[in-house]
Amino acid sequence: MLRAEVDDRTAHRFRAALGTLGPLIALIAAAAFFATRSDRFLTGENLSIVLQQVMVVGVIAIGQTLVILTAGVDLSCGAVMALGGIVMTKFASELGVPTPLAIASGFGVTAVFGAINGLLVTRVKLPPFIVTLGTLNIAFAVTQLYSSSQTVTELPEAMHVLGSTFRLGGTSVVYGVVLMLLLYLAAWFVLRQTAAGRHVYAVGNNPEAARLAGIPTGRVLLGVYVIAGVLYGVAALLSVARTGVGDPNAGQTENLDAITAVVLGGTSLFGGRGAVLGSLVGALIVGVFRNGLTLMGVSSVYQILITGILVILAVATDQLSRMGSRS
Amino acid sequence: MTTSTATPTLVMEARGLVKRYGHVTALDHSDFELREREILAVIGDNGAGKSTLIKALSGALTPDAGEIFLDGQRVHFRNPMDARRAGIETVYQDLAIAPALSIAENLFLGREPRRPGVLGRVLRILDTRRMHEESAAHLRDLNITVGSTRQPVETLSGGQRQGVAVARSAAFARHVVIMDEPTAALGVKQSATVLDLIRRVRDRGLSVVLISHDMPHVFEIADRIHVARLGKRVALLDPRAVSMSDAVAVMTGAASSHQP
Repeated sequence: MLRAEVDDRTAHRFRAALGTLGPLIALIAAAAFFATRSDRFLTGENLSIVLQQVMVVGVIAIGQTLVILTAGVDLSCGAVMALGGIVMTKFASELGVPTPLAIASGFGVTAVFGAINGLLVTRVKLPPFIVTLGTLNIAFAVTQLYSSSQTVTELPEAMHVLGSTFRLGGTSVVYGVVLMLLLYLAAWFVLRQTAAGRHVYAVGNNPEAARLAGIPTGRVLLGVYVIAGVLYGVAALLSVARTGVGDPNAGQTENLDAITAVVLGGTSLFGGRGAVLGSLVGALIVGVFRNGLTLMGVSSVYQILITGILVILAVATDQLSRMGSRS
Repeated sequence: MTTSTATPTLVMEARGLVKRYGHVTALDHSDFELREREILAVIGDNGAGKSTLIKALSGALTPDAGEIFLDGQRVHFRNPMDARRAGIETVYQDLAIAPALSIAENLFLGREPRRPGVLGRVLRILDTRRMHEESAAHLRDLNITVGSTRQPVETLSGGQRQGVAVARSAAFARHVVIMDEPTAALGVKQSATVLDLIRRVRDRGLSVVLISHDMPHVFEIADRIHVARLGKRVALLDPRAVSMSDAVAVMTGAASSHQP
């Protein structure tokens, strides 16, 4: 009996670990492959570039993970980020708002968009796909109108801080990457170790059960969309810091890349299953493929093609493993 | 409807409950009473108002008219949480369980214990150890065997899942456990286990309301039978005094209302 219990527990741990380790194995395999193709791939400098390229989509992917865990999806993430970036840069450079306040205003705007998504999903009961398809277009249009489709330049120095680097064992590390990693740790902690985090899973897994258990499902969902909005604001700040400008066309690749990262990381689009650290691995997989293929001199069209194939593979794996666990 | 002569303590009582959906009257001045430490079966044809009655008692809906009393006190349940706070737990037919979450997480869903001290108060960290220990104890109390409380519920058999759902209710109920068709999806052997489980819940001092279609099960474990028909309670039967066919006759309207 005791023995069986222990075996059982290991079996579950093993299965859970496989769910998290699968994407990691894929990442290591991809890295190993590119290391054999290009001498430059495994250098500290190049890996630092990969991380830098991943940090914006990585932070968006945290918000996207929260939404997908509730069985939703947020198509507006990149567009909302672009709007946040334009608001904070225009406020700072053209309205002369002090930098911290300008950044806070950007966060405020992205949080409001999150709240709009959340309220339409919880109050009006619209499907997240449709709601965020709408806000994607709205955020894009507002961004273009407000910026007159012009890039915002001449930003105060303080806006670039997260894009600057420090030395760590001979390689330069961008502060924004550290921020991204801290945000992942925080998200992991909340999702795993707190009741609020478990409620996000419960709402995504069986909303009716969650409601009957007394969980305020509407508030959980609304909270998720608002927090996701704030995270898109942080991503906007990172994007501004990295590129040095407020770009009204930012976020267009990140929009779908974030969903790709979450799915590659093993989070189920059906909700209630997955882990936020997987999304970091997923974002790194996309980053490593982009970077490695570039180093190999493969054209960017093929990079997009391969990303597409990876996503379908990841979703198919999710579907097959779910069918396997049910039988 | 009147009750028998020597009035035992009523845990729960309802008078004149009415619920209309458009021009359909699901509950038409229905009465209800539940004694201390009894298993009360609620039977009735489809559309007799069984589920509406149960939803009203468990706070899942608010009746348009009528009064509900718990321990003699008038109560108003605006939602299932209100009923739960008052000590009434419900095992729903579709089990209301999150399959991807573990047994312990499901048992404590919505009332997770937090770590003592700063870790719990400020960082709001869950006391997962306590969750697993107490879940295991609850399951043991009710003789429900599962491998580990860390197991996701989806890895369990139908009977085990029912066991988890019953254990959750029994663990938190102070007065009443309402069970909606707990044996509907189960095989013969698993049904017997669940019936046994229901008896154990009663023997721990709780009152059980059991909604069931299964007459043999009802007659096997019910102390009294509430017969619903056309939105009313048409009879309260004593299963030792009437036959199964009598009960069915009352239920379908073939026989006039009985008194226990």
